[in-house]
Amino acid sequence: MSGDGTTFVRETLTPARKAPVVTTGFIGFLHTRLFNSPLNIALTFASAALLWFVLEPTIRFLLIDAVWKGSDRTACLADKAGHPVGACWPFIQAKFTQLIYGFYPDDQRWRANLTFALAALLLAPLLVPKIPGKTLNAALFFVAFPFLAFFLLRGGGLDGFAFYWLAEPFGAAWKPSLTRFWIDFSLTTTVVTAAVIWLWGGWPNGRRAGLSSALTFAGIAIVIVALRLGQGGLPVVDTRLWGGLLVTLVVSITGIVASMPVGIALALGRTSRIPLLRIFSVTFIEFWRGVPLITVLFFATYMLPLFLPGDFTIDALVRVLVGIALFAGAYNAEVIRGGLLAIPRGQREAANALGLSYWKTTGLIVLPQALRHVIPALVNSFIALFKDTTLVLIVSLFDLLGQLRAAFADPTWATPTTLFTGFAFTGIIYWVGCFAMSRYSLFVERRLNAHRRT
Amino acid sequence: MTTDPIIRVETLNKWFGDFHVLRDIDLAVARKERIVICGPSGSGKSTLIRCINALEEFQEGKIVVDGIELGPNLKRVDEVRREIGMVFQSFNLFPHLTVLENCTLAPIWVRNMPKKDAEAAAMKYLERVRIPEQADKYPGQISGGQQQRVAIARALTMNPKVMLFDEPTSALDPEMVKEVLDTIVDLANDGMTMIVVTHEMGFAREVANRVVFMDAGQVIEVNTPEEFFGHPKHERTKLFLSQILR
Repeated sequence: MSGDGTTFVRETLTPARKAPVVTTGFIGFLHTRLFNSPLNIALTFASAALLWFVLEPTIRFLLIDAVWKGSDRTACLADKAGHPVGACWPFIQAKFTQLIYGFYPDDQRWRANLTFALAALLLAPLLVPKIPGKTLNAALFFVAFPFLAFFLLRGGGLDGFAFYWLAEPFGAAWKPSLTRFWIDFSLTTTVVTAAVIWLWGGWPNGRRAGLSSALTFAGIAIVIVALRLGQGGLPVVDTRLWGGLLVTLVVSITGIVASMPVGIALALGRTSRIPLLRIFSVTFIEFWRGVPLITVLFFATYMLPLFLPGDFTIDALVRVLVGIALFAGAYNAEVIRGGLLAIPRGQREAANALGLSYWKTTGLIVLPQALRHVIPALVNSFIALFKDTTLVLIVSLFDLLGQLRAAFADPTWATPTTLFTGFAFTGIIYWVGCFAMSRYSLFVERRLNAHRRT
Repeated sequence: MTTDPIIRVETLNKWFGDFHVLRDIDLAVARKERIVICGPSGSGKSTLIRCINALEEFQEGKIVVDGIELGPNLKRVDEVRREIGMVFQSFNLFPHLTVLENCTLAPIWVRNMPKKDAEAAAMKYLERVRIPEQADKYPGQISGGQQQRVAIARALTMNPKVMLFDEPTSALDPEMVKEVLDTIVDLANDGMTMIVVTHEMGFAREVANRVVFMDAGQVIEVNTPEEFFGHPKHERTKLFLSQILR
């Protein structure tokens, strides 16, 4: 090196060296994060002590002092067990089916199990990015599965398919029969497929769309035959008999899935330049956000029937589902609007300049970016919704927590620790659900925001 | 050169609220002509070219692009935009899409081109702006100069008849200005009609057929680069040139 203080010219470049050991690895972690100053050392020990005071009694209660076998309350009493009693797991064993299915009839439980299995089978590949066929998979889960789940869980069949209601205005009484059902079905298939081909630019351009339509109807036909929907279907299980985890999952998954389109539509409406649309969205959002969920559920359950015509009834569970979807949708709308506002104006302009229409710009450029920005906030409201579903208890739907409270009333299992055991069990179920959502959202965030890592 | 104009702007007037930003603008651009618009900031240069592809509404006058008339109600926006490519000061690449996806988006969704053909065409344009090797990167992973060249390629994929450049080098580090200007010069040499808003006077001298000087929402002077830089007529032009050319 040379220089007299005012000028300097480097002669050899310094090569990169490894970082000093004390700053990396486990030792480095201990050095720099846990024991690097008196205050930090004190905090480290205080935290360790706190952890011990929380974990030790929990483990003692749940595992060490717990009773694992027994047929009634006596097994969980201290003088019988010979030691202080922690969790009374036989209580959960005895009430397990109730906690999962509610009062869903024993001999029909395979339907709930099949629905759970189908949901898992369709959802799992949807969550793993590497597995191909996402469009078909999503269509099956979001469109086909809800119908299938409805006929599986609730049961019942169809009188006709799509055109049978036309019979009445034309003066013919529709007497349901299998032949008529299939005639109606074939007619629907033909009309819809023809319409699809025409909409996609006629023959031969609409060939592929027409084929998809025909295949879709073939799939529907298979389900109809399998569930015998033309002949009355499976025995109806009234939704009042549903309960436990089944209701919790039905309400929360439907709520989460249905609230997204509602939220996106409202957010776009609120940021729209059309005044009427904007006013409607603002009013809608402010109304639903301003009302407690309990009020919404109450209104949907007890007030709505008063406004509807006498012979027109909607299932109680359906009313609750609609109420929750709209309520959660209003919250999502504001979250998504936050994401929309974060997108620079230049993005829309660039897309417009390329000739993309409003909807294509929104769907391909604005929304994908906006939703990525708000994944943490959206998952936050999904988690809140998952736990809020327990409020359906006040309109006499027994979700997981509702079933648990019902189980507490059983004198056969009245012991000092029954309450704690029950809440510990349901708490773990809720926690696993929420934690899974949280971790998965982190994974999605990291994957979708790959472009932000430079 | 004004016998067969591809763009005609006639007595264009535009207000932002009460502010009269464009006043009686008349401008005709011939096929293959290269116009450079310069002027102090706030003079309405960007607003003018944004009006030409309907990113801004205007209140009076009309714009005719290749026979398609754009009046104050902007009815034929989509047709006009199909004729025009635009490059922005801040690139405006889509950050969630790769470079290649940025370039295939419009051909696929606007022109209904099959994905394979769109990708092949996009690679051709990326080669033309000399960055085919960056095709699979995201915009955030490449330099500003490269991003702007991708933006140029993206606009070209729609086969525009006219290219608009809105201060294409103003947001770039000095080291990267040249690579972008070179790309634009290449494009000019291939016969592309273009309107460029820029402060790069060297570029204007080299490429422009005519230089348009704007101030306070009006066209002050239009001339060939030689005359414009050599013998500016208007006082305002002389003042402007004396301030930017030292």
